[in-house]
Amino acid sequence: MALRVAGGQGFYGDDVSATRPLLESGIDYLCLEGLAELTLAILQKDRQRDETLGFNRDLPRYLRVALPFVGTGRTKVITNAGGINPIAASRVAIETARALGLSGLKIATVVGDDLTARLGELREAGMTLDNAETGEPWSAFIAAGGGDDPPPVLSASAYLGVAPIVEALRAGADVVITGRVADSALFLAPLVHEFGWALDDWDRLAAGTVVGHLAECSGQSTGGNLSGEWWTVPEPWSFGFPIAECEADGSSVLTKAPGTGGRVDFDTVRHQLLYEVHDPSRYLAPDVVADFTSLEVADLGGDRVRLSGCRGLPATPTYKALIAHESGWSGETRVAFAWPDAYAKAVATAAIFRRRVALAGYQVDEWHEEYWGINALGGPTVPLDAADEAPEVSLRVAWRCAGPDLASAIAREMVPLGLSAPPWGLTASGRTVIGKPSQLLGLWPVLVDKSFVDSAVHVAIEEI
Amino acid sequence: MVQLALRELCGTRSGDKGDTVDIALFAYSPEVYELIRDQVSAERVAAHFGGIALGEVRRYEVPNVLALNFVLTRALGGGGPRSLRSDNLGKSLGGALLRLSVEVPHLEGPFAPRPRPDVSWAGTISPPFGAAKAGSGG
Repeated sequence: MALRVAGGQGFYGDDVSATRPLLESGIDYLCLEGLAELTLAILQKDRQRDETLGFNRDLPRYLRVALPFVGTGRTKVITNAGGINPIAASRVAIETARALGLSGLKIATVVGDDLTARLGELREAGMTLDNAETGEPWSAFIAAGGGDDPPPVLSASAYLGVAPIVEALRAGADVVITGRVADSALFLAPLVHEFGWALDDWDRLAAGTVVGHLAECSGQSTGGNLSGEWWTVPEPWSFGFPIAECEADGSSVLTKAPGTGGRVDFDTVRHQLLYEVHDPSRYLAPDVVADFTSLEVADLGGDRVRLSGCRGLPATPTYKALIAHESGWSGETRVAFAWPDAYAKAVATAAIFRRRVALAGYQVDEWHEEYWGINALGGPTVPLDAADEAPEVSLRVAWRCAGPDLASAIAREMVPLGLSAPPWGLTASGRTVIGKPSQLLGLWPVLVDKSFVDSAVHVAIEEI
Repeated sequence: MVQLALRELCGTRSGDKGDTVDIALFAYSPEVYELIRDQVSAERVAAHFGGIALGEVRRYEVPNVLALNFVLTRALGGGGPRSLRSDNLGKSLGGALLRLSVEVPHLEGPFAPRPRPDVSWAGTISPPFGAAKAGSGG
């Protein structure tokens, strides 16, 4: 019998209702991925307001659907919804289970990914903490603080691998709650545990990483966000999420919950295969370096795609970690202009606005202009031949500055232009919109020695 | 030879990692894969996105799924939570790549333009305006 592993969540805010069809179809593991790069920083702000927060608050909604299936022994749940406070998340999971009248469940909590308080230690241990993407030195990070001190750090977490999740499963855990782990590790861990794969069996670890990578973005492998013939995807209002039917030899079939919308075929699968992977021949995961170019992708028809032959290379000695730091504040304003000459009016108004801000003496660290209806998204890739005849244009100006009050004050410089600037054609959608200021966060990726991180990782299990 | 925008031939998906954006470009036949492999170089893509992508552009060939993967660094205005852009995650940049043109030998077979969307079903799947209100009053 193949092991059935399902991807029930692709981000914090995903469709909880897609979970039930997965569970009702009979799955061994429900894996819930809810930590995008910037989610930890959002959770850090939650925890600053309330110490009992800092995890994905939609966790109880998922567990209320899933735990009855866990209670029968059919399904286990693995999730990184713990965010920066997995202990609090597990407490909520236990409360949810009790409220459902369940007992005898083992809830595991994985901690140790959080490096926020350990950056100094990392430096003392000899790690450079240079930017792993750009190569910029740590001194550039310090300089980003504007003085001798680094900018305030909101969160710093390492992407852990499968080891602590496998440990929890070996100890009989029914629900495993982690903080930051590699997204694919949520799916690879049950395969390692169930099939007894060795942690240096690189080809199988790569095969399991493919499964995880394909399933961790929920609808993105089952026909969502498809650039192909997206308009032919069945019943897109009730998307089916992915299920991988996995074999001990590493091969698998990707499919979806029966009776749901969406589609699984060669095109939907390859769209997700190359999503955010950098070098596809060296996809870096904590437990293996996977060569996606060696994968055979065979469309079996009937929403079934067979995956086999993936090769793996030895894992690197480091984990990726992501430091999120304060990076100023942004404000924005939007104004719409009607034909004729909408684009010209928008260009002039942006310039006048920026001149007024300068005359008011406000310090702006970065400007950004977008012309919606012209080239707001495509920028320099869009020819401007037709701009003069655009039926309407919406101008968005955004800026980065030191604080929220300044961000708001700058926005107010747009308001008087309603009567004292180029004609706006306000009847279309021409209202001045002053956006709420928001804090900007910089991301600084680094590589950290695995042994240094692993020494602080541990698994706690509570039985209810 | 005919000039054709990639929009007529290829699919794409893009997304972010920090200040880097990945753009995958998918061919729908081996013939078109060879064509984009020969014509859509990292240099052309870098020039196309000049002003958006400030760092280097790397290209990877993925023949098993008939795709090229482009990695554009310093391309998201500082990265998702730092960027001032509306599209702070670069999800639309795949589409922007499809504006690039290639030279095709003819417009038949594998080089025939891909179909345009047919969304005639959109008018049939939603309740008419006002229907929900009438229903909830009953």
